[in-house]
Amino acid sequence: MSKRKARDAHLPVGECISQVQEILRKRLCNQQLPDRPEGVEAQHKHLLELLKRTAVHGESNSVLIVGPRGAGKTMLLKCVLRDLLMEKEAQKNLLQVHLNGLLQTDDRIALQEMTRQLHLENVVGDKVFGSFAENLNFLLEALKKGDRSSSRPVLFVLDEFDLFAHHKNQTLLYNLFDVSQSAQAPVAVVGVTCRLDVLELLEKRVKSRFSHRQIHVLSNPTFRQYLERVQTQLSLQPGDLPDDKFAQHWNVSIKTLCEDKSVEEALQRHYNSSKDFRSNHMLLMLCLSRVSVAKPAIKPADLLEASRMCFIDAEANMLHGLSILELCLIIAMKHLNDLYEGEPFNLQMVHNEFKKFLQRKSNSMYNFEQPVIMKAFEHLQQLEMIRPVDSSTAKTQREYQLMRLMLDHTQVMEALQKYPQCPTDVKQWAMSAFG
Amino acid sequence: MKYFTRLRVRRVYKWRGEPISFNRKLKTCEYASLDISVEGLPRVTVIETGQHILIEGEDEDNPYVAKVIRLYGDENGKQKKVVVQWFARVSEVPLSKLKLLGREPHPQEIFYYQGRSCDDEVNAESILRPVKVQRLDGAAPFPDSEDQDTLYVKLSWDSKSFKGVDSAQVDSDLSPDCSSCPPPYSRSSFPPSTPCSPPAATPASQGPAWRALPTPDLDIMRRAAIGEVRNYQATMSAGKPRLAEAESMHSATKRSASKCLSAKRRNPSARTPGIRKKLELSSPEKRSVIAEDLNQLLDEDSESELMLAQRLSSSPPLAVMLKHSLTPPRKNLKPSVLLNKMCLSEINSSPSSDHSTSPQQGELVMDEVLPNIFVRTPRRRNATPKKPTRGQKATTPSTKRQLQTLKEPALEMLAEVDNESSPFVAVTATPRSSKRKSAQLVSSRIRKQLNLLDKQDLNSDGEDEDEFVPSKKELQSSSEDDDDVEKEAGLDSDEEVVVKKGRHTAAGSRTSRSKQRTHTSTRTPRRTPNKKFTPGTPRTPHHATPSIPCRLRPAQQPANVLEEARLRLHVSSVPESLPCREQEFQDIYSFVESKVVDGTGGCMYISGVPGTGKTATVHEVMRCLQHATDVDEIPPFHFIEINGMKMTDPHQAYVQILQKLTGQKATADHAAALLEKRFSNPAPRKQSTVLLVDELDLLWTRKQNVMYNLFDWPTRRNARLVVLTIANTMDLPERIMINRVASRLGLTRLSFQPYSFKQLQQIITSRLNKVKAFEEDALQLASRKVAALSGDARRCLDICRRATEICEHSAADTGLVGMSDVMDALNEMFSSAYITAIKCVSVQEQLFLRAIIAEFRRLGLEEATFQQVFVQHQALCRVEGLQPVSVSEGLAVCQRLGACRLLLLEPSRLGVLQRVRLNVSQDDVLYALKAD
Repeated sequence: MSKRKARDAHLPVGECISQVQEILRKRLCNQQLPDRPEGVEAQHKHLLELLKRTAVHGESNSVLIVGPRGAGKTMLLKCVLRDLLMEKEAQKNLLQVHLNGLLQTDDRIALQEMTRQLHLENVVGDKVFGSFAENLNFLLEALKKGDRSSSRPVLFVLDEFDLFAHHKNQTLLYNLFDVSQSAQAPVAVVGVTCRLDVLELLEKRVKSRFSHRQIHVLSNPTFRQYLERVQTQLSLQPGDLPDDKFAQHWNVSIKTLCEDKSVEEALQRHYNSSKDFRSNHMLLMLCLSRVSVAKPAIKPADLLEASRMCFIDAEANMLHGLSILELCLIIAMKHLNDLYEGEPFNLQMVHNEFKKFLQRKSNSMYNFEQPVIMKAFEHLQQLEMIRPVDSSTAKTQREYQLMRLMLDHTQVMEALQKYPQCPTDVKQWAMSAFG
Repeated sequence: MKYFTRLRVRRVYKWRGEPISFNRKLKTCEYASLDISVEGLPRVTVIETGQHILIEGEDEDNPYVAKVIRLYGDENGKQKKVVVQWFARVSEVPLSKLKLLGREPHPQEIFYYQGRSCDDEVNAESILRPVKVQRLDGAAPFPDSEDQDTLYVKLSWDSKSFKGVDSAQVDSDLSPDCSSCPPPYSRSSFPPSTPCSPPAATPASQGPAWRALPTPDLDIMRRAAIGEVRNYQATMSAGKPRLAEAESMHSATKRSASKCLSAKRRNPSARTPGIRKKLELSSPEKRSVIAEDLNQLLDEDSESELMLAQRLSSSPPLAVMLKHSLTPPRKNLKPSVLLNKMCLSEINSSPSSDHSTSPQQGELVMDEVLPNIFVRTPRRRNATPKKPTRGQKATTPSTKRQLQTLKEPALEMLAEVDNESSPFVAVTATPRSSKRKSAQLVSSRIRKQLNLLDKQDLNSDGEDEDEFVPSKKELQSSSEDDDDVEKEAGLDSDEEVVVKKGRHTAAGSRTSRSKQRTHTSTRTPRRTPNKKFTPGTPRTPHHATPSIPCRLRPAQQPANVLEEARLRLHVSSVPESLPCREQEFQDIYSFVESKVVDGTGGCMYISGVPGTGKTATVHEVMRCLQHATDVDEIPPFHFIEINGMKMTDPHQAYVQILQKLTGQKATADHAAALLEKRFSNPAPRKQSTVLLVDELDLLWTRKQNVMYNLFDWPTRRNARLVVLTIANTMDLPERIMINRVASRLGLTRLSFQPYSFKQLQQIITSRLNKVKAFEEDALQLASRKVAALSGDARRCLDICRRATEICEHSAADTGLVGMSDVMDALNEMFSSAYITAIKCVSVQEQLFLRAIIAEFRRLGLEEATFQQVFVQHQALCRVEGLQPVSVSEGLAVCQRLGACRLLLLEPSRLGVLQRVRLNVSQDDVLYALKAD
């Protein structure tokens, strides 16, 4: 940094842009914690107090942080931990154990991981010795030996808490909560989950031992706040960039961008769809990557394009890549769906439907052999445009296996509109009400 | 430390006196006493019958303890045998059995060994030295832990269980032979506590003998004056604190009258210091220790006197004052001085010395004061104060260390003697000073002190203080009673200081400093004992010790009423009593008590919803029963607890039971076999076992053999097993157990009803225990709410705890937790977040929910596929004037709602075909959407 400063303040545009992109990407990819959590100040305070009491007073606690995905639960926890560790008192004492329900899929692995992170004495290097039962006993013994005032408090962070509730007997949770409710080593158990009904997952004796503290992270920004946040996310702070002039220029361009009517509309649409910031960051990342030396600012067109990409229908997109035959089969399926009100169909039915179309047209252009049609059908199955009703494939012949179409009619019609050089008769066939 | 043990000392064992009797058949002669001398040293240790001795064992740190019963040898004196009564050290008792003690064993505790399996005849050559053993009453607390040289007998140990020691039996052992076989003293060869301590054994004239005593250095002396020698020494010899501390303890306690008083205060229970003294004095080796202490004290005192004299630059008025203050006791106590002198000067003399040395308290005090004066005079006359002082100083740390190594001191002894004879070489030439860091430290400090002394500069000895300031960790790891002791010690030293002040008013500045010292150093000794004897470090079969590291900084104590209340309301805090469970308590108590008393077995099933105090009540019962055992109302029993939730597999139950019962480790199958054997075989002196099985339902296996065994063992004739089982459901036996298991469980059942609101209120009130933090109404609200919901006491406590937090952060003007706070807490805990969550979701998500309801209404079902809902959604979008969403977006919306469980979804790979259900009632959704 100092090196850069030492150099000329006016960097070439390319340099500036790459720096801006680096800074903003860091911000948007959640690699950098905000200075203070926005919209969840109360929760921040509550959690900080709680953990502080564990760290400083040795009071055992358990708490759940609940909120929808992308609402900032982990960000909140990380901010709290950062603030907590700023205090000497806590920093010196607190032991941390971080578990994730997606990684520690059963209690055995979780226990080993806990033991490893606690650096208990049965850990050699990175390996934990002993059987599952021994590990459990060892850990419980260790926790039991401690007491409120003399042992270092241990913070257990259980990410994806709901997955731990699916472990056998919920042994781990029972024991953690039991420690937190008895005069043993002080622990704080912090569960992070997006399930609002997480308490119902707990067995009653586990539930009874949980303190029933839940911190709900439900961010509910108004559109104004949402817009402001987009602006602050994109603008540069003074000092971020050595080249002040470029920074000012950039900030001005962002300001005009956010004031643009079409941009505002696009953002409104995003806001309507989802208020969480992760999807918002996705959009902004797309915009950011469109910035280049030739175009050293985000233009409204970029944002609109990015927004369009965000909202694009994945499956309709896939239809564009199909061959005419495959498309025809899809249309035949659509007609079958219309006829039989969503009843499943098999290849033979689809082929018949297709044949009907061919007969009407008396055009040999699409006259394919049965095996070719079969192949096309299988390809569609591979693309998961259609899926078998029951997964047992062995019993029935492939031609007669019942299938369902995984596409909505609107998707088919939309794809047809955009399909490059779609034959008119096929289009008409698709539009017609009956085969 | 290891360095010294490599040098082996050659001890010479010789019979003392003529044989008392001769056994013709066995051709053995019985002797009254045995002399042990270390080769190259003139000093001789005498071992007599009735004395307690240390016997060489495998563990060099903890030699065996025994009492000499008989000493005999063969005709030609080649073989020397000793018949002993063994004592078991704490470390010799199996770990698992230690639990039977029901408390932490005292590190210096030993047990009167009654097992048969031990050969009670040992070779005399294995005797190390005499040791001091003191019997304590079962209920009496252990004396101050600083006295590490003395061992304490409270209980006897027959390799199976602990029993109270028959006081007659052991007392006769411990205060042996006042009349029968008097261990007489003579000054020249009175038995020193260790063969290596040079002092009294030197059969030289009195002056040199005194000089040779291990005298603490100046620093120590100064501290000794305020009763804290032990600390310094403890730190000096961090590795082996016992002896040093013991010694200092003696000096501390025997210092003066005020000491005695404080000692009295310290042991307020049955024993007065006088009695204890008597006990100590009446056993020979104790006497020896005391004698040595006295000697040392004399020296210390004389030293300090000298020093004072020097310090005060020999100002005549002060000297006069000193004399003055010393005169009256001298006058009063002449006779006892004589007695004392007698006892010191005549080892092996008459039994009457016993009586003289065990006077009542008052006299004792004099004893302690007097010899100081007594020797002080000749010392002064000697008028060669400096050189010997140095010599002594040099020897002190090393001697201390030697005392601890106990065994191979000879070479060093010699070196030491050399040092003494050439006092100026002393400090730097001490061979040991280079061997250990601490030794270096000490010697450098000594050097410093010496320099200071030379300059007569008294004010700069505060520098070593910081080295002894204990880290906070140690401080807070100290137990309560340690603190008490500390306080007491502090008090004592303060008193002492006052006394000093009275004597030497000129030493004002010193007083303050010494006060400081008291504070820093009274803490120091805990460093060593704690490290050594914390419960965390007893030798466990496996190498790794399960423990959480200690805090580096102490936990803060509650600062205000609310914090105090919060602490008390925490579920983990153990309440003084368990209100509202008196009847259940009584039932369980009488059940277990009757079984234990009768020596029979039985099962009891306790059920109740979580948080109704099942486990707590059983624990309380066990506490009471253990207490009853302690006071011998009922026979002792083992209490074992297992928890179905705390094991990975039901069969682990066997392993845990076996480990808790015997400390053995075994596989599940082996453990089951061992337990089976244990509970079915008769054994004469078997104790009852009370087994608590928590969360019984988790022990269910398909064959139910774990449960079967648990309930079958108590029915065996010799099992003496009482099984208490706890589970949540009342009809568990009927529901999950097969008949033969349920039948064995029997019909003794107890059901814990959920608490009523009154009971909950009472529980909280009793927990708060007069801490006024809650409004009455607030308490009632909380308890009523919980009683209506679950009757779970934990919940109630949690709510109250949360309410204190809310109160603290809200207005904070009342200081009392009010209705509103409890209300808030209740809302936080019990209100579901669904409605708020629905209010917070985005517009499209809300629309989707609305579409679902519309679709449900259309279908008349509570379930629809995404495709169906999506059609509705599109329609709603048009109605609302929003751009219709694509299928992908719609699916994303649906998935988001599903992730936070507002919707219940099929796996997402089903795409548009997945079925959707609401996880919230339609009314709630409509309410939440309408309120927008």
